[in-house]
Amino acid sequence: MPYKYLEEIAMADAAFEAWGATAEEMFVAAAEALMNVMVADLETIHQTAKLPIRLQSEDMEMLLYEFLQELIFYKDARQLLLRVHHLQVETQKGIARLEGELYGETLNPQKHDLVVDVKAVTFHRYRVEQTEKGWEATVVADV
Amino acid sequence: MTTFKAFNRISETIWEIPSSYKKGMRVPARIYATENLLQAMDDGVVEQVTNVATLPGIVHHALCMPDGHWGYGFPIGGVAAMDTRTGVISPGGIGFDVNCGMRLMLTSLTFEEVQPRLRELVDQLFKRVPAGVGGSGFVKLTHSTFRDVVEQGARWCVKNGMGWEEDLERTEEGGCIAGADASKVSQKAVERGFGQIGTLGSGNHYLEIQVVHPENIFDEKRAEAFGITLPRQVVVMFHCGSRGFGHQVASDYLASFLKVMEKKYGIAILDRELACTPFLSPEGQDYFKAMKCAINMSFANRQVIAHRIREVFSEVFKKDPADLGMHQVYDVSHNTAKLEKHQVKGELRELLVHRKGATRALGPGASELPEVYKDTGQPVILGGSMETGSYILSGVKEGDQTFFSTAHGSGRSMSRQQAKKKFRGKKLLADMEQRGIYIRAASLSGVAEEAGGAYKNIDDVVEATEKAHISRKVARMTPIGNVKG
Repeated sequence: MPYKYLEEIAMADAAFEAWGATAEEMFVAAAEALMNVMVADLETIHQTAKLPIRLQSEDMEMLLYEFLQELIFYKDARQLLLRVHHLQVETQKGIARLEGELYGETLNPQKHDLVVDVKAVTFHRYRVEQTEKGWEATVVADV
Repeated sequence: MTTFKAFNRISETIWEIPSSYKKGMRVPARIYATENLLQAMDDGVVEQVTNVATLPGIVHHALCMPDGHWGYGFPIGGVAAMDTRTGVISPGGIGFDVNCGMRLMLTSLTFEEVQPRLRELVDQLFKRVPAGVGGSGFVKLTHSTFRDVVEQGARWCVKNGMGWEEDLERTEEGGCIAGADASKVSQKAVERGFGQIGTLGSGNHYLEIQVVHPENIFDEKRAEAFGITLPRQVVVMFHCGSRGFGHQVASDYLASFLKVMEKKYGIAILDRELACTPFLSPEGQDYFKAMKCAINMSFANRQVIAHRIREVFSEVFKKDPADLGMHQVYDVSHNTAKLEKHQVKGELRELLVHRKGATRALGPGASELPEVYKDTGQPVILGGSMETGSYILSGVKEGDQTFFSTAHGSGRSMSRQQAKKKFRGKKLLADMEQRGIYIRAASLSGVAEEAGGAYKNIDDVVEATEKAHISRKVARMTPIGNVKG
């Protein structure tokens, strides 16, 4: 589990750190951490729907922000709980791009142990960084 | 809190942090709290309320109410009034859940009459008022009708048979804030919210059946004016907001403000969650109009829920809701920014008052109040944790010191992660049932996070608001049934 929840940052909300050897791994970890705030057991999310995803932004920091916001959007707008099937992240000529596929299923309180809605990703202590070991991010989600 | 000794104690419950505390503070900051509450507050409150004091155009003081705790940008419990010409508007001063608020409804039933039907009532309410993650409601709307709803608020609901005309006059802004413009709202916000009217949401959102015991009435005259007249009278209180729609409006504009704030307007801020633009700038005005749509969505959401509550009580007791005395006491927001007129140093000025986790509390005689509350002051609804109890207060004349604002609830004292480790949902439900509180919850893990032990003592918060003369106690409500998001 390449993420951990942080207790000291957000009293009323959910904060986590996510990491990976590559930007892609870190993006997947952050997506899992975000979904895990809402769903207690991610293994209960089965693959009944697939969804392509393509985003671009000015930098990696904003790209991750928009990526996580997409997951929140689909949860409300399409009632979909989503995980990453595969994705590719790259920065070229000052533009950060993400392309890939998400999978998941319609949320079902009988099947999924739903904990709490994430309302938004915040910029509180928000950070995306390339380190010697790879990539890491700190995210505080408003619940 | 470690730093409070450096504060100037203005009175027993007012602590001032001078503008010399931090570079860039334009006004002093004031925290309203008893010494005990202040000591228990996290350091984030001081950090954030003093950051707020640096925002352009802030008037008088940056304020924090007694239930204050860490938020984003502003602390929860934060109040800031901005000059409309020189000041800014900031989504961080309103919160992601725009117009998150409380509504309180009466019944003419007593505890003895409700108790035998309690399980049935709560079970029915749980079915008819969807709660929990991503919940969608029973009001089916097209995108285009939804855009009408967000411009018309609770009025749209009443026009469409979901509510009584009198509900509107007993709702802040008459249930529809003027100037909402749906063209300023993104398609994403519409898609997130159009299926969610009439839903509670999750987290600390709930719907509660409560009893007012005679020993918990502190101001008989006002309690009577608010409709609390029977011994052990049953009332219904609920807490929710603008759902995914409001969250998306806030996120959209927060991200867009970050792009222009410094580059275009030269505003430097200490925290990205304080992103803002001049109130009168095109971006500021667009956000103000979009945010008003979220205010209206929330009024509509609570109006539909009120209608469902009347339907359920009516079905269970086989009586018309009017015969069950199901009048609304009041509906009041605790996450908004609104244009209001206030006296500042003897001068009447129009100000943009941000309240984030703070409730408007108008004193007696205020022109915005309906006739029925002109003498009493505005009803203020304070939600406590699901285990402990809630309050109805009233606004007071001396409330001008906080732009007529007071606390909004009890405020957390323990993080969600800590609460989940300490409490178990199943055991909590069983314990509460033993104590006479029947709960239906969308999520057991969610229940653990909302345990009463994870919150501050609401009695202390209320006591502080009374001592500080920003609101007064009217009655305390005890929960007996709860639908938990």
